[in-house]
Amino acid sequence: MPKTVLSKLMWLAIAIAGASAIGGIALHRGESINAIWFVAAAICTYLVAYRFYSAWICAKVLVLDETRATPAERFNNGRDFMPTNRWVTFGHHFAAIAGPGPLIGPTLAMQFGYLPGTLWILAGAVLGGCVQDMVIMFCSTRRDGRSLGQMARDELGPVGGWAAMVGTMMIMLILIAVLGLVIVNAMKHSPWATATVLGTIPVAMLIGIYMRGIRPGRVLEGSLIGIALLLVCVVGGGWVDHNESLRGLFDWSGESVAWFVMIYGFAAATLPVWLLLAPRDYLSTFLKLGVVFLLAVSILVLAPDMKMPALTQFIDGTGPIFKGTLFPFVFITIACGAISGFHSLVSSGTTPKLLPNERDIRMIGYGSMALESFVGIMAVIAACVLDPGVFFAINSPAGVVGKEAAAAVKTISDWGFPVSVDQMQMLATEMGEKTLFARTGGAPSLAVGMATIFSSTFGNTLLSMWYHFAIMFEVLFILTTLDAGTRVGRFMLQDILKHVWKPIGNVSSYPMTVISSLIFVAAWGYFLWQGVKDPLGGVNILWPLFGISNQLLAGIALSVATGILIKMGKARHAWVTGLPLTWLAVVCTTAAVEKVFSPNPAIGFLSGAASMAEKLAAGTLPPDRAAVAPQLIIGQQIDAALALFFAIVLWVVIVDMIRMSLRMRSGKTVLPLSESKYVRTQLDPNMVASSH
Amino acid sequence: MIRTELKQLPKHLWHYLRQVTGDDAYERYMAHQKLAHAGEPLLTRQQFFKQRQDEKWSKVSRCC
Repeated sequence: MPKTVLSKLMWLAIAIAGASAIGGIALHRGESINAIWFVAAAICTYLVAYRFYSAWICAKVLVLDETRATPAERFNNGRDFMPTNRWVTFGHHFAAIAGPGPLIGPTLAMQFGYLPGTLWILAGAVLGGCVQDMVIMFCSTRRDGRSLGQMARDELGPVGGWAAMVGTMMIMLILIAVLGLVIVNAMKHSPWATATVLGTIPVAMLIGIYMRGIRPGRVLEGSLIGIALLLVCVVGGGWVDHNESLRGLFDWSGESVAWFVMIYGFAAATLPVWLLLAPRDYLSTFLKLGVVFLLAVSILVLAPDMKMPALTQFIDGTGPIFKGTLFPFVFITIACGAISGFHSLVSSGTTPKLLPNERDIRMIGYGSMALESFVGIMAVIAACVLDPGVFFAINSPAGVVGKEAAAAVKTISDWGFPVSVDQMQMLATEMGEKTLFARTGGAPSLAVGMATIFSSTFGNTLLSMWYHFAIMFEVLFILTTLDAGTRVGRFMLQDILKHVWKPIGNVSSYPMTVISSLIFVAAWGYFLWQGVKDPLGGVNILWPLFGISNQLLAGIALSVATGILIKMGKARHAWVTGLPLTWLAVVCTTAAVEKVFSPNPAIGFLSGAASMAEKLAAGTLPPDRAAVAPQLIIGQQIDAALALFFAIVLWVVIVDMIRMSLRMRSGKTVLPLSESKYVRTQLDPNMVASSH
Repeated sequence: MIRTELKQLPKHLWHYLRQVTGDDAYERYMAHQKLAHAGEPLLTRQQFFKQRQDEKWSKVSRCC
């Protein structure tokens, strides 16, 4: 048996390497640490977890059956149901789950230092996120590819189903608002970025017309032309920026960019998809995969040093980017990359319709999430290669560190992260921007980090091009999430509102499309507007709210999964999903309670509103703040209601699941397992495996 | 053996790229129709892509 011995030795070596890398990261206290440690720790963790934990879950808990026909085979219609090569399905699934979340969340969470975020991304992914994605994919595959909402209704009952439906729509709302805010902060007063992004819209439409009318369905051709035109947009944006008469036209305020984002969202939701939404998605998906790949190669080649300390003093809750202590806020800030409830919507309903064989659930469900987690680790690296002083200068809102550059650098340097006005000015000039102070939201600091890595790898020139390329890349795929989300959100809203007023449920009626889109855009637009007006940058309020809502959705998905496992007679192993569920319930509830009730006005929404009302009444607010204060007070009260609502919905679902499990234990009747009947697969495994 | 596989590699990569982007979706649809529903009316290339895109974008197909 020399081969098994060799294999055992190899896995032992990987495990030891991974453990030493994590130990090295955790115990390191010094000037700087090389990024390769992080890459090594991450890859070894994923490999070991995939090889052992996911294999054990598949064999002992889910008991995957490769002789069982998947929905893709049984309902094959050559279109949405179709057995598709496993690597192709992997590509589709990964492209669908990987959005801007794992890039932005980890960037913001670096205010605590690199250690907490890194450990949570690794542990959260292999024990939580990957498991959730895989188990939900399994459940949906065994149920004809049904969606999470349908499964919640079928397995837990109407309460679970209702919670999943409303929860999904609310998370969509907050997600779009916060992503819109990230775009606003990346584009405002940046003529280069604004001109580039505006240029991408006609490019997308042109490609849409090309793929629809001129060369129908030639996706590759169209996308390649589109990518080339996008690069022209980046260069063209630079040209506009250097042209004194033109640059003023594109120098937009935050409010103007917010209007642009809302009009864009509305247009994308109401125009035919082939014209704007679909072609833009092709371009941004190509760009996304390309940039992620390029970033991985650059980090390996460059092996940059990380300058951020392992822990900062801000773990006590006084951080400038967002307020709140390490627990629970690092687990809320980093949702995507560790565990993201949103994935359960793709893992159910979409990917199972392509799966050629049940055994591929492991690679596609668990593997894709491990890869997304790695994207999160790369975001950590990109944030930490910056000088901490620079990182905080870019990401701290003016309301915290002061509006004037001199005041800001003094505050930040006093924290122990030295930075100077000259240094920031030089950096801004290099990046082709007027200023980089208080560019909150994570996107600009990520772009500076990526530009630094890329330009050092590919020759130390064209920093400003790399920076604006990175900004375009981020904005483009945020816009894709935003327009696809607005469109789906509109359908969901119609689905809910039709219970109140029947005609609005008609998705093919144009007036109803316009009305429901307007309502949905206005709903997220409200939160976006509130964020734009907030002197503290808005991200500090909206991002935690988004994190809570995303973890809430994960909680619903894990409750459904745990309920199904118990019904399958796997109660002994139900901890596989029950453990991450418990953790999320603790984190989510603590965070929601703190966000609503904390007496600290910087954390609690209610005390924040009360303290602002007090200051307004006493007349101690400066006039510019006093003008927006009434709006912000109402806004914070709405935020409080929303956070409370999220926590309640989560507990309703958890209690519903526990109630069902207890009934089952005491022998009472519960809803039957809605698994579809076993049908033997007729597919030749080799045929599906090769890309015919 | 390895040599012939290496020679095949660009071809495989090309097939993979076409399939993962959906570039060959219409050809695959035609093949499926011929096999499973011979004689039924076929969608044109344009109709097929319009339907496919509408279908894709009426459900959650992009995450955060």
